[in-house]
Amino acid sequence: MRKFVLCLVLLLGALPAGGVEPKERLADPALEARARTISGELRCLVCQNESIDESGADLAHDIRILVRERLTAGDTDAQTIQAVVNRYGAFVLLKPPVEPATYVLWFGPPALVLLGLAATGMWLHRRQAAPTDTAPLSPDESRRLAGLLRDNEG
Amino acid sequence: MITELGHFALILALFVAIIQSTIPLIGAARRHIGWMAVGRSCALIGFGLTALAMLSLMHAYVTSDFTVVNVIQNSHTDKPLLYKITGVWGNHEGSMLLWVFMLSLCAAAVALFSNNLPPALRARVLAVQGMIAVGFLLFILLTSNPFLRTFPPAPNGQGLNPVLQDPGLAFHPPFLYLGYVGFSVAFAFAVAALIEGRVDAAWARWVRPWTLASWCALTIGIAMGSWWAYYTLGWGGWWFWDPVENASFMPWLVGTALIHSSIVVEKRDTLKSWTILLAIITFSLSLVGTFLVRSGVLTSVHAFATDPERGMFILLLLVTAIGGSLTLYAVRAPSLQGGGLFAPISREGSLVLNNLLLSCGCATVFIGTLYPLFLDAMGGPKLSVGFPFFNRSFVPMMVPMIVAAGVGPMLAWKRGDLLGALQRLWVAYIATALVLLVTFYLTYGGPVMAVLGLGLATWLFTAVLTELADRVRLFRIPLADSWRRAVNLPRASYGMSVAHLGLAVSVAGFAASPFAREAIEILKPGGSIHIAGYEITLEHVDRLPGPNYVADDATIRVTSGGSLVTVMHPERRYFQLQNQTTGETAIRTNLLADLYVALGDADTKGDWTVRVYWKPLVPWIWLGGVIMAFGGMVSLSDRRWRVGVAARAARRSQQAVPAAGE
Amino acid sequence: MKRIIYLLPLALFFVLVGYFLISLRPGHDTHELPSAMLEKPAPSFELADLGDDNRLALTGLKGHPVIVNFFASWCVPCRIEHPLLMRLSQQDHLPLYGIAYKDKPDDAARLLATYGNPFRQVGLDQDGRVGLDFGVYGVPETYVIDANGIIRKRFVGPLTAEAVERDLMPLLKQLEPSS
Repeated sequence: MRKFVLCLVLLLGALPAGGVEPKERLADPALEARARTISGELRCLVCQNESIDESGADLAHDIRILVRERLTAGDTDAQTIQAVVNRYGAFVLLKPPVEPATYVLWFGPPALVLLGLAATGMWLHRRQAAPTDTAPLSPDESRRLAGLLRDNEG
Repeated sequence: MITELGHFALILALFVAIIQSTIPLIGAARRHIGWMAVGRSCALIGFGLTALAMLSLMHAYVTSDFTVVNVIQNSHTDKPLLYKITGVWGNHEGSMLLWVFMLSLCAAAVALFSNNLPPALRARVLAVQGMIAVGFLLFILLTSNPFLRTFPPAPNGQGLNPVLQDPGLAFHPPFLYLGYVGFSVAFAFAVAALIEGRVDAAWARWVRPWTLASWCALTIGIAMGSWWAYYTLGWGGWWFWDPVENASFMPWLVGTALIHSSIVVEKRDTLKSWTILLAIITFSLSLVGTFLVRSGVLTSVHAFATDPERGMFILLLLVTAIGGSLTLYAVRAPSLQGGGLFAPISREGSLVLNNLLLSCGCATVFIGTLYPLFLDAMGGPKLSVGFPFFNRSFVPMMVPMIVAAGVGPMLAWKRGDLLGALQRLWVAYIATALVLLVTFYLTYGGPVMAVLGLGLATWLFTAVLTELADRVRLFRIPLADSWRRAVNLPRASYGMSVAHLGLAVSVAGFAASPFAREAIEILKPGGSIHIAGYEITLEHVDRLPGPNYVADDATIRVTSGGSLVTVMHPERRYFQLQNQTTGETAIRTNLLADLYVALGDADTKGDWTVRVYWKPLVPWIWLGGVIMAFGGMVSLSDRRWRVGVAARAARRSQQAVPAAGE
Repeated sequence: MKRIIYLLPLALFFVLVGYFLISLRPGHDTHELPSAMLEKPAPSFELADLGDDNRLALTGLKGHPVIVNFFASWCVPCRIEHPLLMRLSQQDHLPLYGIAYKDKPDDAARLLATYGNPFRQVGLDQDGRVGLDFGVYGVPETYVIDANGIIRKRFVGPLTAEAVERDLMPLLKQLEPSS
């Protein structure tokens, strides 16, 4: 029951025609541009993977206002983002910070590619080398040959 | 009465599936033709029964039978007929029924179109599909029964979520599910092959059409979902890296890899255990996606009302299906050894590279989607993984793949000539350089990555055309001879070219999105906005009654240089029953760019917020998807996959290796 | 060695299943966000009071632990927890303070008149600014603030009798002796 109710609250946030409203905009175009960039990277908490810049939810509107207030008060981009993180936690960052807890996230995929390349390279090399090798077999090679023969039998 | 009939049919389908999953398997082990043949009749009967169940639930919706709990929760008498029908799968229980219906459809298709299969293989494939059906029928009957009644009947229903009251609901889920579930055939083939201990070229040919068909359906399903999001959300976003979207994208990525690797199995008789693994993983990812969406372990905009008990049940299904097949894999796969050799620089080599990058891409999406769950389970911080991660991690892997997709088809089988291939692609270099220069000049100071993306799309597009021209030796032999060559090219090769062209078109659509312009203004009736050479004037907003909503319908004139281009009607719809407002955007496209208009709120003075976007090349995203799927279908129509041909190939291969596995 | 590679997919799958099992464990809600404000001073606020001319201010609440509940008349789930709040205030005499989040004063007053008023004082947060400072992302939310004005706990969504028994009561008991 409780889950269902929570879904309802979240749905109320799902309003159409989302995003920044004309009334929220700052007069200074440079400041407004910064505000848009920052809002694009902050997650709207009630609408999941949408940013507050794209969301029509009330809460997104409030945070957009907060961002603009901070920028108008002279905060840097980093300070402004920090002001939102202070209230809602790192969860609002669509781009997770690079820290020990996210090393696997950030470095895992490139490591996988390298690992995959190395493994594929080794596999191809081994297959290429085996049949053309006419030199006497080293102990390592004869072991490998035995392995290959065994595999072929299966 | 009809509802009970549907319920009964579903229970009967369960028993039929139990027979389907056991008798043919025993028959295949004991070489009993009669027992093996049981699978076929079971699959057909099972399909009939599930179809009956589906139809009876539809009947309950169409007649607004408010003694059925599922109908009460998701329907209403005022709902238009289309949404009474599509609303059947707009909820957890009904969508599971659709899932099982698609599964039985696939099993029936295998039963009907597999005369060319050796009876033992067919029996095993059908048995594996029967097992999957048993699991999901049990799931529906025990935890998610759509046929439950209640008494006294409710006076009326609670209606369908207004967001789902859209024609998109009629097409998006059926195609998506057909894609997901269609991969169960490849999965069943893989498991059957592991049981038999034999994978050969004939096997690859049998699986290929099924994989291609599911891949086409999934491609269409994903493209439609993305398009639906685009026109519904009111600001023109089309992909959010939302867990549910990722859940459909991951099987697509691995399925794409599978299509490519099975070519190597067929041509070179190698990469077998890898291909089997891909077939298992593709369907496993469909299952994992089902779990993620319905168990509530991840939050998503699409989430159904979730329930941990259902989550446990699906997890149990996952452990049985995936755990079982991977155990079989661990035991049997080491004995599947490949024969054919090829040089790293060869068509096979390029397919291996494709597989490597697609698999790593899928792993990246997987890690990104599940990382919040991993951290949470370890008691770590709550984090979001949004588009910046995927743009930085996933996209760089796809770029080399797309570059390679231009070269790979130019390489010869076994041992290719990379330098020669690169030399023959000179047209593509010129075209790419031209596009890069022109777009860079036109958008000077704008997003450089977008320019590079367009260059990438041009590269792939022209490389594909060059490859086709090369094949028919255009301009090097008389045109008539080229034509004759073109007519005789296998369909599969055209299919590949078309699909790659589609990818290029989509890439152009993705790449151009930073060039979009937006204008958001508060307009009085008569006021106007200027964007991309258009003048957009809000004429008036009228309150119009709809079947189950009230709409504020804006009349917006679009002129360019003083002459009328079109009149657009974006709406806001208020659904009183749910106390919810939805937006209905208006889009005018000339296939090169979309003009996208959404109506926002009215303020106290009666002025309206109007959002206008000009989005160049955005329709190409889905156009490319449709072209890709079309390419798949062209390939599917190739003579080689037709009935009889594969059987002959099988006989040949059986003669060649008489003892293997038998 | 070769066989081990073929076991890898299975092993990885079981690791995944392990994670799924942890996420599905009873009583664990993966959607629940811990407040970023935990163990930090509550943001200071001063709000117009619903009903009388007093103002509800953080400074006035210091000195003993309090429970601050963000609610709204337009919020459906708030109705669900309302009877529980009434019980907590009338039977357990808990120091409940309400903040009407983005609500019209008349609507909030009507809600409390109809279903009873469990709050010692109700502040009006019409523009949602205080809610924003607290990091409220949906009503109802309930905060426990200790005698020194530090946020000690947040409950997201309607309070349940179970959550009160398991978390709220022990926490209040622990906070009480210090005051």
